[in-house]
Amino acid sequence: MIDTVDVGIKIGGAAGQGIQTIGAVLSKTFQRGGLYVFGVQHYYSRVRGGHNFFYARISNKPIYAMRERVNLLIALDHASIDEHLGELERGVVVVDRDSVKVDSESESLFHVPLKSIADDVGGSQLYANTVATGAVLGLLCYPFDILSDVLSQTFKKKGDAVVEKNIASARAGYDYAQKNFPGRCPIMLEPVEKPNSRMLITGNEAVGLGALAAGLKFLSAYPMTPSTGVMNYVASKADSLGVVVEQAEDEISAITMAVGASFAGVRSMTTTSGGGFSLMVEALGLAGMTETPIVIFLCQRPGPATGLPTMTEQGDLEFALHAAQGEFPRCVLAPKTADDAFYITSKAFNIADKYQIPVFILSDQYLADSVFTCERFDLDQIKIERYLMKDAELEGADYMRYKFTKSGISPRALPGTAGVLVVADSDEHDEAGHINESVENRVAMSDKRMGKLSLLRKEMSLPAVYGPAHAPLTLIGWGSTYGPLKEAVDILKAEGVDVNLISFNEIYPLPIKKINKILERAEKTVSIENNATGQFARVLKAELGFTVSHSILKYDGRPFTPEYIVRELSKMVVV
Amino acid sequence: MVSVDDFRGGETAWCPGCGNFGVLMAVKTALVKLGKMPHEVLLVSGIGQSGKLPHYMKCNTFNSLHGRTIPPATGAKAANHGLTVLAVGGDGDTYGEGGNHFIHGIRRNPDITMIVHNNQIYGLTKGQASPTSDLGMKTKVQSHGVFETPLNPLALAISLDCGFVSRGFSGDINHLSSLIAKAIKHKGFSLVDMLQPCVIFNRLNTFKWYKERVYKLSDSDYSPDDRTAAFEKSLEWGDKIPLGVFYERSGPSFEDNLPALADGALAKQINHPDAGTLNKLIEMFM
Repeated sequence: MIDTVDVGIKIGGAAGQGIQTIGAVLSKTFQRGGLYVFGVQHYYSRVRGGHNFFYARISNKPIYAMRERVNLLIALDHASIDEHLGELERGVVVVDRDSVKVDSESESLFHVPLKSIADDVGGSQLYANTVATGAVLGLLCYPFDILSDVLSQTFKKKGDAVVEKNIASARAGYDYAQKNFPGRCPIMLEPVEKPNSRMLITGNEAVGLGALAAGLKFLSAYPMTPSTGVMNYVASKADSLGVVVEQAEDEISAITMAVGASFAGVRSMTTTSGGGFSLMVEALGLAGMTETPIVIFLCQRPGPATGLPTMTEQGDLEFALHAAQGEFPRCVLAPKTADDAFYITSKAFNIADKYQIPVFILSDQYLADSVFTCERFDLDQIKIERYLMKDAELEGADYMRYKFTKSGISPRALPGTAGVLVVADSDEHDEAGHINESVENRVAMSDKRMGKLSLLRKEMSLPAVYGPAHAPLTLIGWGSTYGPLKEAVDILKAEGVDVNLISFNEIYPLPIKKINKILERAEKTVSIENNATGQFARVLKAELGFTVSHSILKYDGRPFTPEYIVRELSKMVVV
Repeated sequence: MVSVDDFRGGETAWCPGCGNFGVLMAVKTALVKLGKMPHEVLLVSGIGQSGKLPHYMKCNTFNSLHGRTIPPATGAKAANHGLTVLAVGGDGDTYGEGGNHFIHGIRRNPDITMIVHNNQIYGLTKGQASPTSDLGMKTKVQSHGVFETPLNPLALAISLDCGFVSRGFSGDINHLSSLIAKAIKHKGFSLVDMLQPCVIFNRLNTFKWYKERVYKLSDSDYSPDDRTAAFEKSLEWGDKIPLGVFYERSGPSFEDNLPALADGALAKQINHPDAGTLNKLIEMFM
């Protein structure tokens, strides 16, 4: 049996110091060596300065969350020492003492003159972060050639000179560490021999890729952290797949443009965060009333108002569920991981098209910006089902956009088709799409729309149960908390605690009977959510009549760690 | 051949004598003049008395929300640029609630025609001031008279270098329908602001009031190709009110700027993205 390798590396510094680049290059270098990487970004709402960090956890076994311990700290600023030295566990610090003054003379502080090496080798202090990257790998005795390849790829677009300077700077940092601190780093990392087909991808990139794979043709959005990554990713690949990406003047325009594009026949989505979604609310109802398919990527950050713009929370679940006046069907999906985000995004488009309703992909900053190691995405699992009328069906038909059917789903034709007129209305309307305020029509149309929800409910997937089917303690989570919860269960199991986890990613509508069957097996239940009031627990109560016995709520803008969950459970004496 | 009757929709619910009747006839006449078939036309409307127009027409329609005409029309045009897309709104709809979309719609320049029923009053909500109400107009709400400077839609559009800026009058259907036809033919965002009396709530800007003041630019030696002159002309209001095309210039439309449309309308393209390309995208993460 191979020993478990599990290392935490934290890179701290001011915005603009290239922390993300170091993080991305290191992550890729380890992933290329067959290791599993999980990376988390922590940043503030500023372009320069402040204190940000990137945390990468590396293991030779699959990992799903960050851990609190740090084995290697790259301190590019003084705040890194102040804030993270205490997190060090059997670890070392790489610090350029020429520019970061540190009082301590601890043996675990490894001085690497990052800036002067960068100046000497790269001709600019800008290369200090690459020197640091090299130094880290030198300390860990990880093969340099993998890093060299990754650097070539990363900086290819900037030209050969930049690539060469980066490689030279990294090499200098690598050699400096090996020469000055031989055998002094208590941890080592080595590549796993077998080649792998795994991907290193963020939650936002996975949503963007999932949308492209699902045949997205039109994306309109207004930039808003932390959702912007999806728009950025799709825009960067739009030309290769013939997709229109338009930055709208505001979120109202963003969503109504997407609704218009969808009405005219293409798969459309908009991306935003809570503040932007606040502006989109009226158009959510427009999509509901006109029965226009639309996918809304709602990437949560702590509110209310501007809140904590760059941090994480699961505070908009009830907002998504209840937004807009009146009653109409909607669907809410909350991916758990990057690969789940990829597959669930394609499902979101199929549901939207099938039921002609708005569908939410509810993510959050933690999932959006975290880097996951996933098995290669399987395109065979992506089925594109448009549910549009075929030409033959349209032949000679007296088409009515809102025709009453048993399912409540009216056959959908597109404007521009000869012999067919598509009439859609935000007023209450009759089958033909024209204003109708009669009692009979209102009731029939409302029943038609809401009937689609009952049908969709039956199609929703059940939550996954991790651990034994029966356990005296059951953790309940939804969306992105899956990773930390799963690892908390692993920690508890290792300590001999009998526990399981029910994690939801298809949030609404819930298949009530089937879920009740799962929940009625549970004894003590703890709902664990990244919000202040236990919104999902309230959904369970409202939808299923199920009451959780305990809850752990975190609303400090930071994500859960497995350790935090275990500590909180211990405090509650439920463990 | 297609006729005005082919575009005839449901029973109207406008007040007798409403300026909207002239607009409805002018829109239909323009479409017939251009030989458009009902299925080739998409009419996107907002909410207000103007927003009811789709219900009295027979073509593809999307009756949107108050103020939200330009964005869905833009999205629909991008998705299927083969459609002739008309956006219809009122003055509150287009210049008030949808003001931001008006500004940025002009900048974006989709090939849509924005037809604005500008009666200088809120009709559907029964008589409040609109963004274009004249100074001093008294209403139930503006009991001391309107003091906000009226928005000048033509001057605003010209300041944004809108490619087609015009004003019509619902009392002159022939002139109005020829303006609408020109606007539809113009490639890019085209504005047809229409003076259209509200016979119930606007006692100031009545049919007679307009009739006494309007004159046609085409009757003078005015040429719509000079932006500065157009801006100056757009400021003319009061005793004399010009009608016609104030400003016209050509340039690439929103759709011209979208490489994705090179292979034809998005809505007609196959729904399955190329697997080879997707695999390449996946490999970039490996």
